[in-house]
Amino acid sequence: MYVSIAELTHAATSRSLSIGAAVREQEALHSGEPQDALNRRMQERLAVMRDSVGRGLAGVRSRSGLTGGDARRMAQARTVTADGTASGAPMLIGGEPLASAIAYALAVAEVNAAMGRIVAAPTAGSCGVLPGVLFSVGEIRGAGDPELVDALFAAGGVGAVIARSSTLAGAAGGCQAECGAAAAMAAAAAVQIAGGTPEQCASGVALAFKGLLGLVCDPVAGLVEVPCIKRNATSVAVALAAADMALAGIRSVIPADEVIQAMGAIGRELPVSLRETALGGLAVTPTGKRIASEINAGRDSAAASNAPQAAESEKGDDPGI
Amino acid sequence: MGEEFRAGYNCKYNHNGRQAEVNGIFDIIGPIMVGPSSSHTAGAVRLGLAGRAIVGGQPSRAALTLHGSFAQTYRGHGTDVALVAGILGMRPDDERIPDSFRVAREQGMEFSFAGADLGDVHPNSVLMDLTGPNGSRTTVGGSSIGGGNILITRIDRFNVDFTGTSHALIASYRDQPGVIAKITSLLATEDINIAAMRVSREGRHGRALAIIELDQPVSSEARALITRISGIDTVIALPPVVSA
Repeated sequence: MYVSIAELTHAATSRSLSIGAAVREQEALHSGEPQDALNRRMQERLAVMRDSVGRGLAGVRSRSGLTGGDARRMAQARTVTADGTASGAPMLIGGEPLASAIAYALAVAEVNAAMGRIVAAPTAGSCGVLPGVLFSVGEIRGAGDPELVDALFAAGGVGAVIARSSTLAGAAGGCQAECGAAAAMAAAAAVQIAGGTPEQCASGVALAFKGLLGLVCDPVAGLVEVPCIKRNATSVAVALAAADMALAGIRSVIPADEVIQAMGAIGRELPVSLRETALGGLAVTPTGKRIASEINAGRDSAAASNAPQAAESEKGDDPGI
Repeated sequence: MGEEFRAGYNCKYNHNGRQAEVNGIFDIIGPIMVGPSSSHTAGAVRLGLAGRAIVGGQPSRAALTLHGSFAQTYRGHGTDVALVAGILGMRPDDERIPDSFRVAREQGMEFSFAGADLGDVHPNSVLMDLTGPNGSRTTVGGSSIGGGNILITRIDRFNVDFTGTSHALIASYRDQPGVIAKITSLLATEDINIAAMRVSREGRHGRALAIIELDQPVSSEARALITRISGIDTVIALPPVVSA
């Protein structure tokens, strides 16, 4: 497997391959599996991602009762106009693919919290970012499954470099190592689907990662719910901004490999309280502590979800799932 | 606890992280799993699977003691249903995991949970008191060490140390010269390669346990031959419970 983004970019560029194709070729060499077998395995993961988007959009609720239903809320909002007329301007201001990317990322992360089946990419806690970007960009570009599978290889190659040179664990590096890494991987996938060069993919990796450096892991009650689910959604915005900058020809002053090294170094300097221990940040806010004590006191999930401020999204109607 | 030695054991996982060593692209885009947490859900399923394999099938009863973060956050992470699911033989991507309590009741497996301080162990640890299909009770201790990877640390009174990533042979016997040599030579004639080995005993001539991690599975014939070695008490052949 490639040890750096520079090496990966060079391998692809020098042989006129996409990043994804270069990664698949290397994986075939390394594992001894033929490339079409690797494609089938990746296609299986793509199918699980797609199912988890669909399930989340239909509406789920987490086991603790804390989260769920926001993907559906976001998806419904895409069709609403500002003035309520059929021909009016959209209520949402970010446009597409952002609105869809947010809805899909929320969907997959909510399914994860609801004990549904997901693809950890790179981790379970950050599982919404990559499918969010992948399917939304794929839709506006009319990409078929083969292109999406290629893009997953590109994302996987980027993730493998991050795992080798720093970490993908929130306990070791904070959320930057999970949602940050997922955004960097997703930016590479988005640039590749949009027809960018391997160099532009590498720029996307650096630009996305820089936007999320220092992000801490501070889960309320230690659960993969608050703020994790919405951080998946905000991370897709960073990934899409980075992809667009890269496609515009903007380069990162700090090369991707140095950004990845910096992420690892920042992770090591983060206090333990901000690395998945639920001892700092949002986890110890008054609301965070109250939710934790309610859940740990052993109240059943219905009690937790019915508490007035227990759910972060108290506004709007509960979809009643 | 008795004397112990380790040979060729390669710990490739750090205790905080995902794999410190990436084995392939599907470690990054994957695994496919039931959420929400690789350590508290997928790892818990694998611990249950390991316990089931060690007692040689479906237990009639499982009394589970949760420690540390497992005890603190098991409800929200579904660690409890995940452990029961593993003991029932479900894999980490099985969509019945959230319903495992119901499945256990349907299949007549009793289970119970308690929280306790298990001492100086990893924060994500469980002690499983399992009544096996043959009615005998076995205690299995293990930890979920990150990224869905596990470490089995205790079987009954013995400290052990294996990851469930490869085939393994667990042999309990009365400590005496030559038992290990006979086991390993039998494995050699079956063309089975040893990846790692750990032996512990309660004292000279006391009860002893060998955990031998293997590159190939042990056939039931080979297992029967090993069982007939003088001094051997029980032999368990474990399949890998962790795979990409």
